[in-house]
Amino acid sequence: MGKIFRFDKDVDTDQIIASQYLLFPTIDEMKVHTFESLNSEFASTVKPGDFVVADENFGCGSSREQAPSVLKALGVKAVIAKSFARIFYRNSINIGMPVIVSKELYDAVADGDEMELDLEKGLITTSNGNTYSCTKLPAQMQAILDQGGLIASLNKED
Amino acid sequence: MGHTLIEKIIGNKVGKEVKPGDIVTVDVDWCMIDDIMIPFAVQKFEEMGFTKVWDPDKVVLIYDHFLPATQTDDSRHFRAGDEFAEKYGLKNVHRTDGICHQLMTEAGYVKPGDIAFGTDSHTVTYGCVGAFSTGIGYTEMAGILGTGKLWIKVPESIKVVVDGKLPENVTSKDVILRVIGDLTASGATYQSIEFCGSTIDDMSVAARMTMSNMAVEAGAKCGVFAPDEKTAEYCGIEYTDKEKSLRADEDAVYTRVLTYKAEELVPVMACPSLVDNIKPVSEVKGTKVDQVFLGSCTNGRLEDLQKAASILKGKKVAPYVKMIVTPASRKIYREALADGTLEILSDAGAIITTPGCGLCCGRGGGILSDGEAVVATNNRNFLGRMGTSKVQIYLASPATAAATAIAGEITEA
Repeated sequence: MGKIFRFDKDVDTDQIIASQYLLFPTIDEMKVHTFESLNSEFASTVKPGDFVVADENFGCGSSREQAPSVLKALGVKAVIAKSFARIFYRNSINIGMPVIVSKELYDAVADGDEMELDLEKGLITTSNGNTYSCTKLPAQMQAILDQGGLIASLNKED
Repeated sequence: MGHTLIEKIIGNKVGKEVKPGDIVTVDVDWCMIDDIMIPFAVQKFEEMGFTKVWDPDKVVLIYDHFLPATQTDDSRHFRAGDEFAEKYGLKNVHRTDGICHQLMTEAGYVKPGDIAFGTDSHTVTYGCVGAFSTGIGYTEMAGILGTGKLWIKVPESIKVVVDGKLPENVTSKDVILRVIGDLTASGATYQSIEFCGSTIDDMSVAARMTMSNMAVEAGAKCGVFAPDEKTAEYCGIEYTDKEKSLRADEDAVYTRVLTYKAEELVPVMACPSLVDNIKPVSEVKGTKVDQVFLGSCTNGRLEDLQKAASILKGKKVAPYVKMIVTPASRKIYREALADGTLEILSDAGAIITTPGCGLCCGRGGGILSDGEAVVATNNRNFLGRMGTSKVQIYLASPATAAATAIAGEITEA
């Protein structure tokens, strides 16, 4: 089981990782500032295998791939939201981080709850035993994700 | 069944009819990498094992967000760009010419019907000339640098029709803010917004750019305008059958149609701290401001500066207000210098800065602190974008910005 960090709608990429940190040379140097303006303790308390659950339009705003990258670097297993902004969604798949659409989960859980995700079955199970099905990815994107992201995918084509 | 404009643009490029939901691989006409993302794109390109850029003449590097450098690490990004350009034979490098989204059409790269991708979300701007353009991440950009191709899903379309004559001091910025308010920040996600109607026909390409630029604030994949004779003149090309064919069919299918009468539109603002928190300026009137920012790829063009100058002429910026004017490009800066616009703005007490992104991305001069308020002509009022997360950012047109600068409080022009 992983812990749920719950966020409201329209979380923009500036709030995931603010622009002043984009000049740091590596994702590892940036990641300690993840969600700084919304939850200053996120980066120090999130553990590998935890989940980000959000309302609609998660990751709106800039095209910065650093936004899904810092989440992945902190070990976030997947982001589950009612909907995603398109660039964030595409970037996440390209770096090999699952992004899952679930219309129900956000309203059914509280910050700090625990859940499990079975990607193959497309099934979420929360600690109270409730289950939620989630939308499958388009085949094109699933193939990239299965190979661990776009770099691995392009290398494989060669 | 007829086709929307974006289906025509993509269909023309791939040489077959396309419909929403189709996944197609396109040959990329242009790719643009801005200074923030250059080191990351280069690193991914090398990790992918590419040894040459597919077509160096189709790649444009632009330094704008970090220019002039304000942090000691910024120049690392310029060096990364210079080294990449040298190593792979890139000639299109703009080191001090202005904002990427202004330059991609102004400097003659993107033309009607082209497909362009950039490492910045406001790459949607080039829809103003009837191109398909959108933002991507640096890993995908690295893939394009090596292959020249990208897969895309053909989007559904929302049609926005504006007819009639806009009232004085109601600009294309007010129109697009109103549209974003009606659609919400996620209302056009994955979709193309197609703008048409007699008001749009009457607009300059510069005014249309303001609207295509902000399409992404409603979540859109792109915001497109059918090219007309004004577009052709702006792009320096003939208006031929090819350009004429780039328009929607009468029986094209849209997920939604929004219709506006221009005469009924009023000056509006996006209030803190969401782009879709739209209110008439009259409702926010009287709010004290500490700063006014006129610039950005949304509203830093010559006609924006001229509009502000027409309001500020012979007047003074309120004593405690800092008004910052940042032209979107060197070309605009020089034109505004030559026609006296900058002199009027400077006489009024404005601070004129070098062309670039400036305060819009919170990097140039003008960072604000707790409790301060700014009226700005750019495209985003996200929490913490122009300083601390306790800064109030109001997005407005150049006319509203100029009137507010004089009054020292939010005011209609």
